[in-house]
Amino acid sequence: MKALAARRHDRRAPVVLLLLALLLTGGLYAVFAPAPAGATPEQAAATATTDDIAAGKALFQANCATCHGPTASGTDVAPSLIGVGAAAVDFQVGTGRMPMQANGPQAPAKPVQFNDEQIAQLAAYVASLGTGPAIPSAEQVDPALGDPANGMALFRTNCAMCHNAVGAGGALSGGKFAPNLWETTPTHLYEAMLTGPQSMPVFNDAIITPDEKRDIIAFIDQQGGAAPGGLDLGSLGPVSEGLWAWVVGIGLLIALAVWGGAKSS
Amino acid sequence: MTTTTSTPTGAARAASATADYLDQRTGIGHAVKYFARKVFPDHWSFMLGEIALYSFVTLLISGVFLTMFFVPSMGETHYDGPWPSLNGVEMSEAFSSTLRLSFEVRGGLLMRQIHHWAALIFMASIVVHMMRVFFTGAFRKPREINWVVGFVLLILGLAAGFSGYSLPDDVLSGNGLRITDGVVRAIPIIGSYTSYFIFGGEFPGHDLIPRLFTVHILLVPGLILALIGLHLVLMVMHKHTQYPGSGRSDKNVVGYPALPVYVARLGGNFFLVFGVIALMAGTMSINPVWNYGPYDPSPVSAGAQPDWYMLFLEGALRLMPGGAEFVIGQYTVPLNVIIPAMVVPGILFTLLALYPFIEAFATGDDREHHVLDRPRNRPFRTAFGVSLLMAFFILVLAGSNDLIATHFHMSINDITWAFRVLLFVAPWLAFVITKRICLGLQRKDRELVLHGHETGRIVRFASGEYIEVHKPLDAHERWLRVQHEAIRPLEIEPAEDSRGVRRKGYRRDTMRRRLSELFYEDRVEPVTPSELAAAQAHGHGSHDAVEAGPATRELASSAPGGGQHLVDPHDETAADGRNHTV
Repeated sequence: MKALAARRHDRRAPVVLLLLALLLTGGLYAVFAPAPAGATPEQAAATATTDDIAAGKALFQANCATCHGPTASGTDVAPSLIGVGAAAVDFQVGTGRMPMQANGPQAPAKPVQFNDEQIAQLAAYVASLGTGPAIPSAEQVDPALGDPANGMALFRTNCAMCHNAVGAGGALSGGKFAPNLWETTPTHLYEAMLTGPQSMPVFNDAIITPDEKRDIIAFIDQQGGAAPGGLDLGSLGPVSEGLWAWVVGIGLLIALAVWGGAKSS
Repeated sequence: MTTTTSTPTGAARAASATADYLDQRTGIGHAVKYFARKVFPDHWSFMLGEIALYSFVTLLISGVFLTMFFVPSMGETHYDGPWPSLNGVEMSEAFSSTLRLSFEVRGGLLMRQIHHWAALIFMASIVVHMMRVFFTGAFRKPREINWVVGFVLLILGLAAGFSGYSLPDDVLSGNGLRITDGVVRAIPIIGSYTSYFIFGGEFPGHDLIPRLFTVHILLVPGLILALIGLHLVLMVMHKHTQYPGSGRSDKNVVGYPALPVYVARLGGNFFLVFGVIALMAGTMSINPVWNYGPYDPSPVSAGAQPDWYMLFLEGALRLMPGGAEFVIGQYTVPLNVIIPAMVVPGILFTLLALYPFIEAFATGDDREHHVLDRPRNRPFRTAFGVSLLMAFFILVLAGSNDLIATHFHMSINDITWAFRVLLFVAPWLAFVITKRICLGLQRKDRELVLHGHETGRIVRFASGEYIEVHKPLDAHERWLRVQHEAIRPLEIEPAEDSRGVRRKGYRRDTMRRRLSELFYEDRVEPVTPSELAAAQAHGHGSHDAVEAGPATRELASSAPGGGQHLVDPHDETAADGRNHTV
């Protein structure tokens, strides 16, 4: 008994306990965490039946009506959804921005709450309330069919002032922000341009034609991969370069100077 | 075993013959002899200036490579090359040749990245070197002129960096030029004329890139080279400063001879600096101009910032409220640009350039100084330097406010307001805290010298009294803590002489005394030999009286406890370099 008690007071016991606790929490999280829904928006664009609309209405009543109102006509905390179209629903729900988790300056992207079928049903219901932009076809958003050079020119004049020169994201006023675009699917990029979610302006087909939208998607598709010059340092420009110059460059050089000085004395 | 003296090898004979040939024609032997026997003190912080020198050499070498391929022209062309996002796009020759240099010239991108990283390291090492010189007081007589030379080198470095940054003619650097144009136009009366003069007409014009090219590859590097030469000549002439220690004084230099010790190390250091820069250039992308695209005055992307050494200006502009602009008659006075872009850097740089002269004025000291100060022993200077750096740092952070906002999920408006307040509060706070820390460290030094190291050994006397045994410092340790001179505020002559006649220059003297009090009123004086003798003689009991010693304002009297100390016997025969006469 005494030996057991003594061992319990081993110096290493807290560390071992902590590791075990971390392992347990991690394991539990892995078991219970919701699996991220793989969004394949092509399915969402499938033709909607009256059953879909009815199912979508039921989902809407259960998940969205609290803020957007029972008839989707909006309340003082959320806008009306009549006429926003299927594209808006596919973007907002398909990127996890809706249902909104908490009030804040902006609804951030988060793990998607519904499966593809449910998203399609919700989209079908909202589309049935009034005419609005539809979900684009796979061909409309195919980066391989776009011209990245034209996309870059368009991106520079229309998008880069908020999203950074290569779409790495940037700050807006009051805690809002333009997100990084590298992980966004081509369909969601197209829908965002079409519907102008949150702080983003609407770029309808008269401002940026469908072909031009595809050019922009082709340009973004090339970003965020391997940079020709090595690590891209977040593509954030001179601030991150300066930070690394000080941390790595001057840090290493001073360490070497100290080392050289230590050798001689 | 072969004999070496009588039969020199062929190579050795050739070398000596060449040396002799050169010496007979140039007298180079004297120079070699002089430098070979020249002694330099040794410390890692003396290598910081060398880092700057070697990154400049790296800049020269890589820069020469770049000029072979760069076309300094604003003539229009269409890109046709391996980078798909820019194919067929209209751009200037400068931008197009930068792309060719990056993607088609073998090793070109590596050279560009070496050049740019070396530029960032060059500026950073100048700043670090300058900090070392500042905080150790290496700028004091006779080195004030060399401080100014170094300061001008800093400004030239900024000019070199900015002109080079703008050469590729991409959107990001074009935005920087646009801001420069705005700042130039904000100068009252001559602003718009100056802008037209610089750009050869309306911004951006067609003249700027060739002009910047000349500035960047000829004018500024030429001046930098000349001034580096002057900087080094003055350094050799003054002899290098050394850190305080036993055996070191203002009259000697303790160190190693240049040959062979330093020559080998200098050479090695170049390869270290070049190696670190090349490693960075080989692994980390810098200034990817193809991301920004060719310059066009309309687009400005998020995260548009200058290189780090200009970031404080960007920060000042971002912090300044936009409303500070008013119109007199038909003239606009844009204080919202004049204050952040001219007044703020003007204040920072003027203080930096003139500091040696301000301090000399406040100290009233006309002697030469070759032994460095420990930063703690000059609390005002150290605190002043830290607060100046703090102001610079706040401005740098303000220039990065958008990235702080996105990376820490904060509101950019709140961040901007916080920095507006911090710009005034943080330097002051940094000053007060640094000064307290310095004075605290000095007090700790006094305490150590008087009472020695705590040993943790508790001894109980027969009477029942407990005391802790202290181990006195050895002579070298003690010398380091008492060698400095306590500078006291200047005392001036009265306003009127004995006959009641007003004295000329009294007002100036009063101002000088006030400044001197600001510098030296709060101080902790080093232990004097008599104090030490008193403390050691009766190491027990009454050292409150000893510590209160020299007249200082409420600072030296913080005697820790009144307990008794027993002092271990120790060897006092060790060499003691003190030449202390009080």
